[in-house]
Amino acid sequence: MDSLKRVLRTPLGVGALSMLGLVFLLAIFAPLLWGEAASETDTAHLLAPPSAEHWVGTDSLGRDLWLRTLVATRLTVLLALGATALGVLLGILLGSAPALLGRRIGRFVTAAVNILVAFPGLLLCLFFAVIFGVGEVGAVFAIGLAGAPTFARLCHTLVAGVQERDFVTASRIAGRSRAYVLFKHILPNIAEPLVVQATIGAGSCLLTFSGLSFLGLGVQSPAFDWGRLMNEGLNRIYLNPLAALAPGLLVITAGLAFNLTGEAIARAFNVETSGSWVTATAAARTAARKVPAAFSAANTVPREVLRVTDLQVGFPGSNPVRGVSFDLRPGEALGIVGESGAGKSLTGLAIAQLIEPPGQVDGEITFLGMPLRPDGGEDQRKLLGTSMALIFQDPMSSFNPARRIGEQLAEISRVHQGMNRRAAWERAVDRLRAVRISDPQRRAGQHPFEFSGGMRQRAMIGMGLMAAPKLLIADEPTTSLDVTVQQQVLDLIDSVREEEQVALILISHDLTLVAERCERILVMYAGRVVEDIPASALAVAQHPYTRLLLAAVPTLATDLDSPLAVIPGSQPDPSTQFSGCAFAPRCPLADDICRTREPLLRNAIPPIDDTRKKPGLGITLKTSRMRLELNLGGKPGSPVHTGQVACWHKGEPLPAPTLIDDDLPDETLAGVGR
Amino acid sequence: MSALENAASGGDFLSAGARHWVRFALRRTGQLLVSLWVLITAAFAMIHLIPGDPVRSSLGLTASQELVETTRQNLGLNDPLPLQYWHFLQGLVTGDLGMSITSRLPVAEIVATRFAATAQLALSAFALSVVVAVPIGVAVAVRTRQGRGRVLDLGFAGTSVVLGSIPDFLIGVILVWIFSVSLHLLPVGGRTGLSSYILPVLSLAVGPAAILSRIVRVEMLSVLEADYVRTARAKRLSATRIHLGHALPNAVTASLTLGGLMLSGMVAATVLVETVFAWPGLGSTIVQAILVKDYPLVQGVVLVYGCGVLLVNTLVDVAMTILDPRSAVIR
Ligand code: SF4
Repeated sequence: MDSLKRVLRTPLGVGALSMLGLVFLLAIFAPLLWGEAASETDTAHLLAPPSAEHWVGTDSLGRDLWLRTLVATRLTVLLALGATALGVLLGILLGSAPALLGRRIGRFVTAAVNILVAFPGLLLCLFFAVIFGVGEVGAVFAIGLAGAPTFARLCHTLVAGVQERDFVTASRIAGRSRAYVLFKHILPNIAEPLVVQATIGAGSCLLTFSGLSFLGLGVQSPAFDWGRLMNEGLNRIYLNPLAALAPGLLVITAGLAFNLTGEAIARAFNVETSGSWVTATAAARTAARKVPAAFSAANTVPREVLRVTDLQVGFPGSNPVRGVSFDLRPGEALGIVGESGAGKSLTGLAIAQLIEPPGQVDGEITFLGMPLRPDGGEDQRKLLGTSMALIFQDPMSSFNPARRIGEQLAEISRVHQGMNRRAAWERAVDRLRAVRISDPQRRAGQHPFEFSGGMRQRAMIGMGLMAAPKLLIADEPTTSLDVTVQQQVLDLIDSVREEEQVALILISHDLTLVAERCERILVMYAGRVVEDIPASALAVAQHPYTRLLLAAVPTLATDLDSPLAVIPGSQPDPSTQFSGCAFAPRCPLADDICRTREPLLRNAIPPIDDTRKKPGLGITLKTSRMRLELNLGGKPGSPVHTGQVACWHKGEPLPAPTLIDDDLPDETLAGVGR
Repeated sequence: MSALENAASGGDFLSAGARHWVRFALRRTGQLLVSLWVLITAAFAMIHLIPGDPVRSSLGLTASQELVETTRQNLGLNDPLPLQYWHFLQGLVTGDLGMSITSRLPVAEIVATRFAATAQLALSAFALSVVVAVPIGVAVAVRTRQGRGRVLDLGFAGTSVVLGSIPDFLIGVILVWIFSVSLHLLPVGGRTGLSSYILPVLSLAVGPAAILSRIVRVEMLSVLEADYVRTARAKRLSATRIHLGHALPNAVTASLTLGGLMLSGMVAATVLVETVFAWPGLGSTIVQAILVKDYPLVQGVVLVYGCGVLLVNTLVDVAMTILDPRSAVIR
């Protein structure tokens, strides 16, 4: 009953079940109500066309065809159900044979089923119809047997899926018989898909049965089902089309009723409703969006490769990137770090103009002097296609599996540089060589699946080098690779950067990795940049979040057995509204100001001028914390933080690290480092 | 680079996957042979599985015992089973499918004259449904990505479910009613010139086209979310190139298995549609033969239909391997 309710919750379920209910009502009551009237002959109206008296006309004996059509429901449905039951039963037997009879016999049965499935059901049907003979019993057997292989295959797949689950294995190890395991553990677990398939199967049995009867191979007179009535009606289609169409219409209705019911059950149990973002109002996100700050670019040749001003990315109901600004000089390497969900990947995608509706990007992005727009024209496409290269996290899936690596590289030169096939291919081979893929001639002719993960990532970099890139955006380029391969790929990116003077945006959750490879680092938290810092100055980072991240990085001195340090808590969800500093709930320095007013990016605290031994700050800070600030500058030659920080208490020392809490569930931990 | 190396690596794109190909060809041929053997044996066994004396039931109760005996003798039904099987196989190799009981013509001859009519129907219906369904599926997928185009989505889903659920012979009847009976535009049946093809082909194609377009849409939707499509977008290819060059081949590969089932299903569906349109093909032949219990003829047609299906399945597998070389390795 509970499951029935679940099916009835959707309009589809209600519609389908009421249709099916109607069919069953007809099947039960039509013969009781009209059974006699349907076989009453009316010699005054032989072969009559439709009239007020006989809606669909009469047959050669003057019997009312509409009543006969209604009465035929019972036989049609019964025969269809009979054939379905036979097919399902046989199918389950065959499909669970491997589980029941052991591997060897099972494999034989499976192979046989696979061969049979290759033949269309109708063909099998005819074959069995020959053996069992013409008539309704023969047809039930024929259709049931013909449907069995398909059902067996489905059942087999389902059984195989459950068989390796823990409770099944456990039961088997406990010495339960195969039959016990099958009936007690396996079948109940695949009941739902089986019910769905059986329901849909009943629909197709009904259609097939009608087909056989229509051919004259199924129900024989004087009995009649819808197919038989259509068979008789077809000969008179010029005189009385309704005689064939009326039973046909019922066939369609009943078939559809079974199919849709199956579909509705499937939806009620398997498919989750897709995300609420579809229905979220656009108003929410427009309200949260700011008007982009006016960007007054002097129309000179830009010194920077990229200028990003107040970049925002919004989806209906959430704002995962909320105002990111930075410039990038030619050849500069910028790292963007943060936990997952900080908005770093979306920032990369937004710069690359790869955010798709319903996502929306606001703010100014100027690349090589050209302001980028989501609907940018041909010029923008060409510029981005030749000058901006992207590398994504998963090299396994980033290449088109159906095409050769060489072709995929060559495509860039063919599309954007107008090279012919041959020249582009040569260029691709050359670029593969440039990213140190051995035997590039042969490799170019291979498909992605023949490449290892590291090689694919190198090929991906090679793809970026097909034209003359000025900016490389690498989003977690090594996360999915082996540790040894990681270094190779990063080294390759480094050398490419040097040789070709390419600017780099390296996006990673790994602060050490970014610090090793980049000159500058943007630390992102909840969609904002919280610290913009030279990599060399990380030791004097001023934002509490950055410093906690640093504290969490394991060093050589870290006891390997101690749990990885973590920052307890998690980022606010991008769909929630909050005031004040987004980090406040996790920040050891948080106070009332932090919780009410959001800190903006401001210049970091100037370093202490060592020669004059005078602090260059102090007045703006509370006296109680002043003493602590004085320690910050350190000795001469120590790193200097020339970046920006968004924190009300930037630079203030943290209390003893709040670390290491094993009991927190995984998802609340923001693990950092490797 | 030596000439040998050059030959092995450069220019020849196929060499990379050549080994996979050989392995695939061997396995596929083995599969085909086994299926073929099953088909032949089943066709042979059919006559012997019929309860009672097939010749008696074929000739009717009124036929004399002598006639039954001679027919049995002619059909070789009195020989021991293994010998009969051997003769059957021999006949197949020499193209001798036996004699039709009712018409007394060689089965091979009947089949040969009827084969083309059926093949034409099935192939043109298949071509039509692919040509219609693939663009529709792709277009709907592109328009309904990520929850866009709700109205189109619902409309498409509804229409395709309904059209896909109507059996082809009923579509045939409905088409006849509309175009022949009511509008007098097209012939009601028979095989008389080009216009007589329209309705049978349409009735075969509508249902499969509806189902195929749904599958193409679903596959296309999932492919459009794939990383390599993002890569293609990052390469700044045009929308057409992304959709048709990168997404479609992968979507089609996945839909191809279904396409094969569809085509072999179409071959079988000709049985019903030919009856509706009195089409002189194998389908109407086998129905008649079953009704009059002309078993040798049934046997012959079953063999031809079965071989057709096996051929289609093999072709689909080969096509799939060309489009997606991984499948040769994985399966
Ligand atoms: S503003 Fe306050 S809560 Fe936010 S990081 Fe700084 S000290 Fe912590």
